[in-house]
Amino acid sequence: MCLHTGNDTIAWISNKMKTTTEEAQAFGTMLVAYGYIYPLQNHKKLVMCNDSSLYRFQTPYFWPTQKWVPDDSDYAIYLAKRNIRKKGVLEPYEQAHYNHLHEWLNHKWDFIVMQAAEQYKAGKERKKPDRVVFDCQERAYWMVNRPPVSLSNSNMFYQQAIMRSKVKSSVSLGALVKYITTYKNHDPFLASCLPSNPWQTDHDAYWTLNMRRVEVPTKMRVERWSFSLFELLSDLRGRDDFKIFLKKEFSGENLAFWEAAEELKWGTSSSMSTKAETIFKTFLAPGAPRWINIDGRTMGLTVKGLEHPHRYVLEAAQTHVFLLMKKDTFFRYLKSPTYKDIQKKALNPEPHNFSPGIHPIILWQQEEEEKAKAAAASAPVDVKAMMSKIDRKK
Amino acid sequence: RKYMRSPPTPEMATQEVPLNETLAHLKTESETLKSKLEEERAKLHDVELHQVAEKVEGLGQFVMKTRRTLKGHGNKVLCMDWCKDKRRIVSSSQDGKVIVWDAFTTNKEHAVTMPCTWVMACAYAPSGCAVACGGLDNKCSVYPLSLDKNENLAAKKKSVAMHTNYLSACSFTNSDMQILTSSGDGTCALWDVESGQLLQSFHGHAADVLCLDLAPSETGNTFVSGGCDKKANVWDMRSGQCIQSFETHESDINSVRYYPSGDAFASGSDDATCRLYDLRADREVAIYSKDSIIFGVSSVDFSLSGRLLFGGYNDYTINVWDVLKGTRVSILFGHENRVSTLRVSPDGTAFCTGSWDHTLRIWA
Repeated sequence: MCLHTGNDTIAWISNKMKTTTEEAQAFGTMLVAYGYIYPLQNHKKLVMCNDSSLYRFQTPYFWPTQKWVPDDSDYAIYLAKRNIRKKGVLEPYEQAHYNHLHEWLNHKWDFIVMQAAEQYKAGKERKKPDRVVFDCQERAYWMVNRPPVSLSNSNMFYQQAIMRSKVKSSVSLGALVKYITTYKNHDPFLASCLPSNPWQTDHDAYWTLNMRRVEVPTKMRVERWSFSLFELLSDLRGRDDFKIFLKKEFSGENLAFWEAAEELKWGTSSSMSTKAETIFKTFLAPGAPRWINIDGRTMGLTVKGLEHPHRYVLEAAQTHVFLLMKKDTFFRYLKSPTYKDIQKKALNPEPHNFSPGIHPIILWQQEEEEKAKAAAASAPVDVKAMMSKIDRKK
Repeated sequence: RKYMRSPPTPEMATQEVPLNETLAHLKTESETLKSKLEEERAKLHDVELHQVAEKVEGLGQFVMKTRRTLKGHGNKVLCMDWCKDKRRIVSSSQDGKVIVWDAFTTNKEHAVTMPCTWVMACAYAPSGCAVACGGLDNKCSVYPLSLDKNENLAAKKKSVAMHTNYLSACSFTNSDMQILTSSGDGTCALWDVESGQLLQSFHGHAADVLCLDLAPSETGNTFVSGGCDKKANVWDMRSGQCIQSFETHESDINSVRYYPSGDAFASGSDDATCRLYDLRADREVAIYSKDSIIFGVSSVDFSLSGRLLFGGYNDYTINVWDVLKGTRVSILFGHENRVSTLRVSPDGTAFCTGSWDHTLRIWA
């Protein structure tokens, strides 16, 4: 049985099936996941890696296509056999399975032990290299069909859950209600959006007035910026306005750092080290041009972390900076001339009045009145009646 | 397990287990801890949602109608997502077609045919420049969109995620560079789009994971998933750990969606109920159900303020719930088969539904 490397296997699949390396790797992983090929080194992780790690084809005897159902008796025999070979060789999850099977297959345990002993004896009669290979194959088979289960995971979880800080229902439910009350007038299903809901009137003015780079935003939009720093920053137009304020205060470095940290967090893996380096030079290094003022401990941890940058290396610093802006800068912005200025300038669009026109019944009544007037005006004159009317008036 | 039978799925990674622990011992410990957790939760439960809601004004009558009907799919519509421009959408169907529409004009702008059927998941990239989709191919692929109508989108397709069973849901994070996926293989995973590298995997569900939603918070580091194991799990994206878990539904959870503040989430299940979970109080706080509603909920979403919860159901209807008072405020008819997907638009002006009747509808 020969060994082959991951990258050789992937190249072979790619060539044989006339497909890309990506596709071949995906296909290779399926072959490993379902037990046609098994990894030699990291035998618990059933994936095919495009590197020099080693794999071997599984013997057809153990292929899923044999449609042999891997039942509990077989698994019990396998575990018992391993126990005979050497005591204490079973992994904890296997030991747990063994104990469980011993209990519920107790009625046929003699049979199981006998089978295990037979197989063990037969194995001993094979040549050592063959025996080693067969053991690998059998282990790989059971890795696919009885995958390792993490048993105490749930207990650890419950312990953590018990210790996690919780809030009284009245407090958290109160917060949900408060959110609804705050945003009620901004919810197009609860209050009309001005000038009109595009879906209802087929007029997209609402979207045009609220575009990313409008010079003058609407009153509703500006009001929403005051709800939270998160809202202000999420709306890029609001963020622009906040930047105008920060420039006047000469304190733009906090927001700039926050933006850079966001780009690092959500960017491509390959760009991370370059970004980390730039951020360090610009914001964190002693004497940096846009040095941010964070506490010594956070600065220390961050700088150390930047030696081996990862996606969340700036998390602590970013949170610190965000809280600073949230608790102080944001409120000063709301009281500032910058914000008050944009509030005053903001547009309040007139609601679209797409009236459905005058009702047909009214139109018909008007029409009848006109007809009657016209009929009266064109009727032949009754001279006698008119004369007597004039006489009577005299 | 939901759409096709498959051999037992292999685990992608294992965790360390302490020695000399037997199954029985762990089980008793588990039960004790579970009841202690319930005790702790009950101590803090000083008021019900509907009590708090008594002081809130009632809702008026609603007139919600179908404003657009999008026809073009040749088979069951399985999923849809909105573009950040508030008018474009992407939808996917059972016959492998993925279509990008300008829902306002009802024009189809792009169409791609996937090499597999049952495209159960699709998502629009935050930039509006790409879409992601996948399904029975066990993968999530990204298609960059082009202004050139004649360009063959399939040529630029990029395979990103790879699972060992069907892809049930996918979502971009805050940028076009990362995708979060959930799968019938029982796991969720975070991927780097450029390299296709697996950044983090999330293990904890005991069966197919059917849905996920990213938290709309300032930190943006958590997401919630729902599965066939009736559990809704909240995950930390950085560590891969499950930080909260809720198991109150009586059947598969088909849809999960965060409340707009990020402090709660709603779920929709085959047990015909929608439920609201408060993350800070760590408990279920509302059940939205009616005796007359006996069919499963496929998809849920909140209106902009969080006051309304829209649910698409397998009995072809949409039920609109008052989140605070727990009552149903409206029932909408129109689709001629199951409603399979429902999303509110980014500015809350409308919601879109997709159905097994091959159409999508915009409601406002």
